[in-house]
Parts: sequence; structure tokens; C-alpha cells
Amino acid sequence: MSDTRTDTASIADRVRPVAAGGTVVAVHFLGDDPVFVLGEETLLFWRDGAEQRIAVHGGAILGSTSDGTCIVTGGDDGKVMATNPAGESETLATDPKRRWIDHVAITNDSVAWSCGKQVFVRSAKGERSLDVPSSAGGLTFAPKGFRLAIAHYNGATLWFPNAPDAKPETLEWKGSHLDVTFSPDGRFLVTAMQEPTLHGWRLVDAKHMRMSGYSGKVRSTSWGPGAKWLATSGASQLVVWPFAGKDGPMGKNPKVLSPSEHRISAVAAHPKQEVCAAGFEDGMLLLTRVEDGAEVLARAPKGSPITALAWNGAGNRLAFGTEDGDAGVIAL
Amino acid sequence: MSEKTSDKVSDKIPVTVLTGYLGAGKTTLLNRILSEPHGQKFAVIVNEFGEIGIDNDLVVGADEEVFEMNNGCICCTVRGDLIRIIDGLMRRKGKFDAIIVETTGLADPAPVAQTFFVDENVGKRAKLDAVVTVADAKWLKDRLRDAPEAKNQIAFADVILINKTDLVSDADLREIEARIRGINPYARLHRTERCAIPLAEILGRNAFDLDRILDIEPSFLEEGNGHDHDHGHDHHHDHGHGHDHGGLKHYHDEHMQSFSLKTEKPLNADKFFPWIQNLVAQEGQKILRCKGILSFKDDPERFVFQGVHMILDGDHQRAWKDGETRVSRAVFIGRDMPEEMIRKGFAECVA
Repeated sequence: MSDTRTDTASIADRVRPVAAGGTVVAVHFLGDDPVFVLGEETLLFWRDGAEQRIAVHGGAILGSTSDGTCIVTGGDDGKVMATNPAGESETLATDPKRRWIDHVAITNDSVAWSCGKQVFVRSAKGERSLDVPSSAGGLTFAPKGFRLAIAHYNGATLWFPNAPDAKPETLEWKGSHLDVTFSPDGRFLVTAMQEPTLHGWRLVDAKHMRMSGYSGKVRSTSWGPGAKWLATSGASQLVVWPFAGKDGPMGKNPKVLSPSEHRISAVAAHPKQEVCAAGFEDGMLLLTRVEDGAEVLARAPKGSPITALAWNGAGNRLAFGTEDGDAGVIAL
Repeated sequence: MSEKTSDKVSDKIPVTVLTGYLGAGKTTLLNRILSEPHGQKFAVIVNEFGEIGIDNDLVVGADEEVFEMNNGCICCTVRGDLIRIIDGLMRRKGKFDAIIVETTGLADPAPVAQTFFVDENVGKRAKLDAVVTVADAKWLKDRLRDAPEAKNQIAFADVILINKTDLVSDADLREIEARIRGINPYARLHRTERCAIPLAEILGRNAFDLDRILDIEPSFLEEGNGHDHDHGHDHHHDHGHGHDHGGLKHYHDEHMQSFSLKTEKPLNADKFFPWIQNLVAQEGQKILRCKGILSFKDDPERFVFQGVHMILDGDHQRAWKDGETRVSRAVFIGRDMPEEMIRKGFAECVA
């Protein structure tokens, strides 16, 4: 198999290019419109070809997330901002010491953010904060209920911000934990580590799952429909871990699809079908069917790594962005 | 590290690490760097937010979080906060020319340096330019006796400022310099008052400092011959011992040593890389720093490398110039190193 995928079915001619003009660090859909998050200052709204640039931060955008109704960002200007589909921004919080807002998370009507070791949650009931043992590597809310997971050095902390008397629970595992994700059914918590490996816990009994074998840090993960699998970047193949059974990937091998000479830098599972979009470090973009590894080429290798990738909720639009500021939208 | 590493170092952001024991004058130096009109813009990672009197949106507070990698080896520690901060700073690439990292007075410089070699993402975008250590002329002698951190900071340095020279006599200064040389003969020494020094002496040093190990041979630095005095480790005085070489006072530190290796014969890359990788894997705990410029057989380019404990980094630097003597030179600074074994191993790498 050659890396150019010359014999692969291609939809690359359907890419509508977007000149982002700066490193794209994330992309989120608000309805059917992609919003590209640039490394510095700007959200780029793309509404069927019409671009709108909104400067939301006075510096780098360090973290971003979306619940489909707004985009929440944290910046090195110490601000947490929320931007709605009309492109109107509102300041949710300003760190009094102007520390960097490293990470943000959102659920229902609540927003969480972290500055170093301090984690804040703002909800209708007010604002609360928690100090974790070392700087937060990542934050995410549980899919149901009001529980926040915080990844840090030597493990992850689970916190109920609305139950101030409940002691936060800590899941321990040696090493530095960065990005963190709950399985959408709430049964598993998975962190990406400083080392090229994932670590997981089954929440009911805190049983450990080690998911290793990567050649680089895993910087992107995405859950397939029904939480049946977890697709991951960090290897020169698409590594897909099985989560359908009650033991998750314990004692099982991952599926290894779409081998390439280059590493995968971003993944986005289709919201409804057993398909995963995989962006590579050489700029190639593939749609890979998880069942049998069948591929469709969505973008030929070009320029810099794919750094941002997302589907809209209906699964008929895919948006991507690259490190050197190329971006695009594909309608399927 | 292998000979085939591809990235050229040139387009990486240079990073200067600023160390020095408490009160030596790091903050004074930082304020100088930030306030002098030099036309360069720096991103600065400080350990104590607010000490810097300059308003600069590229000044970032750090937490000095030292993380062990999960192989459990204490040599493979990194600064987790630095990985996060540099990743964030790189989103503003183009807004600054260089990064300066200030460490706390009690910090071991190794985890900072190792971060640039261990984390792929950091290593791809930034390179360690130099470790600059500020030493207090009045108190360094005492600190070398009672603070292992102070000794580490001297041993690690590429550039050392002997600051507050106005507080001590000339004789004391010479004594201090000899003590420093006893630990680290390869660093550039500067005498300063209130850290007054041209910035070019401390920033953008990398190429120069590597070249320096080829050119400068301090008169008190023996090449392994005519070196017949006892410096065994069975004596337990705490101040080293001194003797004279051509009028320069010379101390040997009891535990820290340094030595250089040199050959004018081209090296065999297939022998050198396995040898040095094996050496640092076995003895890396003792080797604080090593660096060198190498000439390989049938290779038109100079190869440069540097290492911290068990971690090595290397790359082709540039083509050898016409008429330039193709000499390979490496230096090692560490604690209780097996010098004869290293000399022998290096000699066997000749093509």
C-alpha cells in the first residue's frame, strides 16, 4: 500500500478550502457550521462559504470545547470566553492574577476551567474551586450527572462540585496524565499520558486498563457511536480499542487500520456510523470503516499535520484544519 | 540519538535556562534582559510571578513540577509545567525570538534540560541554547560546601556570571574562579556587578559554546598526561585541594570532575553511536553533562551532540570548512565518573 493512496476511492475533490491563516488548534460544529479555533486570538466561523473572524482572546487560545450551542475558550490572557452561533462573545471569567487558562470543559449550564493546580466550576449554584496535587493536564465532565474528571500527575481526580462535603475521589496511576475522556456511557475513564500510552479505569471498580504500543504521545481520541470503541492518534496506524464488552479493552487487542508511513495526528469518529476520520502528520485525511478497514481518501498528503478534525451532529459534514493554517469542509 | 536525525536545529526557538542559588542575582539579570533596548523580544518563564518589574504579556509563571517518566528512572525526570507552557507559547510563534526559563534557587537544572530532549513536541520546536548560572562572589564558596544544588548549577553551566564582584577582593575572586574551574573548566566565566553584561555574552551561545570546546584549552586543564598528583577519593576534607599550574590556582573538587577527549583521526559512526548510547545507559547517573563536536569518516559535515545524564541529542551542524582541522572533541562533567573507561572507549571509536 503506498502512502499516496492512488488506488483508494477519493472524495478529495469535494473539499471546500478555508484559508484559516494560522495554526488551527481545534474545530467545533455549531449546528452545521464549523468554527475553527486558531492558536492565536481568533475563532473563524464558516457559514457555507462566508467567513467571519472573531477575536476572542488577547493572545494564545489554550483550550476550547463546545456543547453544540456555544464555544468556550480559555486563553493566555487569563480569560474564559463563551461565543454563540451568532459570533457574539461574552467573558465568563477573568483570572485575577491573569494566569493562563489551560483547560476548559462544559456540560449543560456549567463551565469548568483550570489555571495550573486550581480547578474552577461555575454553575447556577455559583462558583467553586478545587486544588489538585499538580497542574491539571485535562478536564472533562461526565456524560451524565454533574461530575468533573481532572487529569494530573499520578492519576485523575473525580469531583462532584455540587457536593462540597463529598471528598473528591482519586484514581491513581504513576506518571503524568494529560487529556482525559469519559466513555459516553459513563463506564470508563481514559487518560492520555506524557508517555506514548493511554491509561484507563473501569469506574465501577477502578480496575486498570493499559493501552500502549504507540510511537508518539496520544493527543487525539474519539469515541465511536454507542461507546463501542475508542479511536486514537499517536501511531502510524489508526488504533481502535474495543469498549463494547463489560471489561472494555482489558485482555483484548485493538484494531489496527489504515497503516501509513506517517503518524496519525487527529481522529474524529463519525457520530452514527462505524467510520472514523483520521488525519495524518503529512496532511493526509482518510475516512476508515472500522469493521473492515475500507478507506476513502478525503485529502491527499499536503503540507503540515492535520491538527483539528470534527463532524457535525448529523454526520454529513467533516471539517479539518492543519498546523500551517490550511483548513477545509467536506459535505458528504 | 543516531547519525540519521534529520531536523536541522536552526529554525527552533532557542531557550536559555537561568539558574543560580538564592539571592545570587537571577532576577536582576532577568530585569536587565527585559528592559535593555536590544530589539529582541523574549518569552520568559519565571518561578515567582511578580518579581519581574516589567509588564510583558509573554512573562509566564511556572510551578516547577518535576515529573518522573514511568520507567521510574530518576535520570529521566522532566518539567511537566515547562512542556505545557512551551506548547502554549508556541501558539504565539513569531511574537518572540527566544525563551528564557528562570529556575528557583534550589532547582536541579537536569530536569529542565532533559525536557528539551525527552518531550518530542518541545524538542521539535525549541532547543536548549545554554544554561547560564549566576553565582554570588561573596557566598559561592560557602554554598559549594553546604548546598549540593549550588554545585550542580555550576557543573551544569555553559556560562557563569560571578556577580557582586564589588563585595569581594581580587584575591577572593581568583579563589572563586579557581573553585569554579575545579568543577567546570568549560564554562565561560564573567565577572559582573549587578549582573551588568552585554546580552550577547549570555544569549544565542549554542554554536559558539560548542566551538569553544574545540579551541580553548585552559592552561590548567591537563589532557591526561603529566597529571601525576593524587586525587583519589579517600580524603574527606570538604574544600578540595589546590596546586599551581603556571601561576593559576587549580582545585580538584572531591566528587565533581570533568575531562575532555580529543582525536584528530576520524571516528567510525557505527562504533561511536552504540558506544556512547551504551555509556550513558550504564553510567548516565554519574554524567551530568556531555557535549562534543565530531568528525566522522567519509562525512563532510560536523556532527554535534550534547547529553544530560542518560539522554542524548545530536545532529549534523554544518559542513567542515576548507582548511578547517577535522578534530573530534568531547567533554564530560560529572560525579565520580569512570574516566579511564570512557577514554578507552572513545579511543576505540576511531575509524
